[in-house]
Amino acid sequence: MKKLLASLLAAFALVSGAQASGGDLVLDKFPKERVSDLAALQNGAKIFVNYCLNCHAAAFMRFNRLKDIGLTEQQIKDNLLFPTDKVGEVMKVSLDPKDAKAWFGATPPDLTLVARSRASASGSGADYLYTYLRSFYRDETRPTGWNNLVFPNVGMPHVLWELQGQRDAKFVEETDPHDPAKKVHKFDGFEQVTPGKMSPQEFDSSIADLVAYLQWMGEPMQTQRTRIGAGVLIFLAIFTFIAWRLNATFWKDVK
Amino acid sequence: MAEMKQAPAGASAGEKLLTWVDNRFPATKLWNEHVGEYYAPKNFNFWYFFGSLALLVLVIQIVTGIFLVMNYKPDAALAFASVEYIMRDVPWGWLIRYMHSTGASAFFVVVYLHMYRGLIYGSYRTPRELVWIFGCLIFLCLMAEAFMGYLLPWGQMSFWGAQVIINLFAAVPFVGPDLAILIRGDYVVGDATLNRFFSLHVIAVPLVLLGLVVAHIIALHEVGSNNPDGVEIKGPNAPKDANGHPLDGVPFHPYYSVHDLLGVGGFLFIFTAVIFFMPEFGGYFLEYNNFIPADPFKTPPHIAPVWYFTPFYSMLRATTDDMVNVLAVIIGLGAVLNLVKGKGDGKTKVAGLVAAAVVIGLLKTFEAKFWGVAVMGGAVVILAGLPWFDKSPVKSIRYRPGWHKIVYGVFVVNFVILGYLGVQPPSEIGNLVSQVGTLLYFGFFVLMPFWSQIGTFKQVPDRVTFTPH
Repeated sequence: MKKLLASLLAAFALVSGAQASGGDLVLDKFPKERVSDLAALQNGAKIFVNYCLNCHAAAFMRFNRLKDIGLTEQQIKDNLLFPTDKVGEVMKVSLDPKDAKAWFGATPPDLTLVARSRASASGSGADYLYTYLRSFYRDETRPTGWNNLVFPNVGMPHVLWELQGQRDAKFVEETDPHDPAKKVHKFDGFEQVTPGKMSPQEFDSSIADLVAYLQWMGEPMQTQRTRIGAGVLIFLAIFTFIAWRLNATFWKDVK
Repeated sequence: MAEMKQAPAGASAGEKLLTWVDNRFPATKLWNEHVGEYYAPKNFNFWYFFGSLALLVLVIQIVTGIFLVMNYKPDAALAFASVEYIMRDVPWGWLIRYMHSTGASAFFVVVYLHMYRGLIYGSYRTPRELVWIFGCLIFLCLMAEAFMGYLLPWGQMSFWGAQVIINLFAAVPFVGPDLAILIRGDYVVGDATLNRFFSLHVIAVPLVLLGLVVAHIIALHEVGSNNPDGVEIKGPNAPKDANGHPLDGVPFHPYYSVHDLLGVGGFLFIFTAVIFFMPEFGGYFLEYNNFIPADPFKTPPHIAPVWYFTPFYSMLRATTDDMVNVLAVIIGLGAVLNLVKGKGDGKTKVAGLVAAAVVIGLLKTFEAKFWGVAVMGGAVVILAGLPWFDKSPVKSIRYRPGWHKIVYGVFVVNFVILGYLGVQPPSEIGNLVSQVGTLLYFGFFVLMPFWSQIGTFKQVPDRVTFTPH
């Protein structure tokens, strides 16, 4: 019986690693602690509203939800809203989807849940976004003049380029490790062409703040959720202990 | 008219009320038959938690479902946003939704373990065949319920998963295309599909499910529970006390009600840990792609069903043209073997041969896609045949030959491997493994009448084995 149980558990462990393999893309690790850092979230919200929220909507996110990351309604109204917007409204854009499609080749997706939908076997959605937003480079063959390592031939130009500056990507020809007859185009680092307003460290940190915001916006309850969860588990541990002793007491006389 | 009973002199108001009710409705009788004086074997082990837990999860699903429906909009244009509304704007909506989405997976976890318990202890054997068959029907309902519920969030996986599975029905000969349109209510998965799936998920299937659960429990209480030893505690020769109650049984209440409370505690601990700390469960309980609204113009690169369907989905994918040929050869060989070595008279042997020829003819007539659907459906339906496949002289695995345990072990590992392959994108090697796995799965059942009799069986004790706590 115990052996059967053990084999079942082992088999289950095998399955839970199911999606751990695959994906040759190596993603940078997003600094997770920023999701519970209110200053980082507020900075991220600022970058999001200034740079992203012109083409991308966040149609399930209400502006006044930003109170959860420590902003007051007045601060939201003064800094993040157009005068005609109401603080209880969701984050919409006035960009016509048809125009967007004509300009970029695809309608910019809604970003409310992007940190959740972009998760994959290669890493969390936040890891993906953190790497993606830091992987733009100059490519004159593209209509926008920009390309991206994580999302090749992406329709989106490098919106944050004035912060990061312009970069080129270096590629080298290498023999394919799986097939010596073939050559592969391998990425060999970025080259700064013009400086940005920020140093590379400052830029990475700003992107981390932005991604922290996107991660939080995907599920605004996420930090409270784990806090409540800890309490529930403590309660259930006590409940189970009492149930165990109660059971033992009742069964004492069964011979 | 039955005789009206009188409450004894000096009875409390409560007792008087109960007497009044009992004269009109069998309240006390029902309570005693199903709870207070329902005697269950005293040697239940860990595996016997999962029946009551399945009931608990059913209640969780119904209650959370009721609250979700209060805010959900079954409309292709509004459904996705209404789920996010529940997650964000409805007070505690996120908790209700996570309970429901995690509950779906938890339901299958406990039901698979519950079925496994029945399998190893022979709980489907006489006189419990109907208990088992009601259970199989519950499992079938559960699959329908889960499949239709998964469309409701109207994400990419909801949409494309439904699209793939409904298209399978189109492979049914003659009526397939019409059948698929009947299910969808349209030529593509759309608003009409969402509306009917909502109706079926919220009303029709749960009603059937509840009825079947009641039938499952009534049938169980009629014949009494099996136990890890497979010894009948209520048989004519089983030892009884002065009141005629089985010596090896204890009243369900309070002994097992308290015992199940322990199981509930343990289960809820794991269940809430998932809800609060990893509600997506690494993409297994909530698939990442499902956070993108359904888009009929954008097919996701890899469409995988949720984990609980994947063993059966693997068997569907395994049924290629080659696999159909293999099945034809196996059926042909089986018929020939029956002709040469079988026990029946000449007539039945010839009938077997003719039947095999007809089946092979059909196998080669219709496309492999249809047989894939038949294999997937058959893999579920074949479970119901267990009471008649199992010919072993003992019920419980405890008294079976050692190698039977290996057979069951292989069956379980095979099932898990099939499940694993079902979430993976198709590959050549994966397909080959799932073809072997499919043959093993069906071989386990089809050959059971033979292998279950073979080997040296241990002596089954007269009484259940029980060590007092």
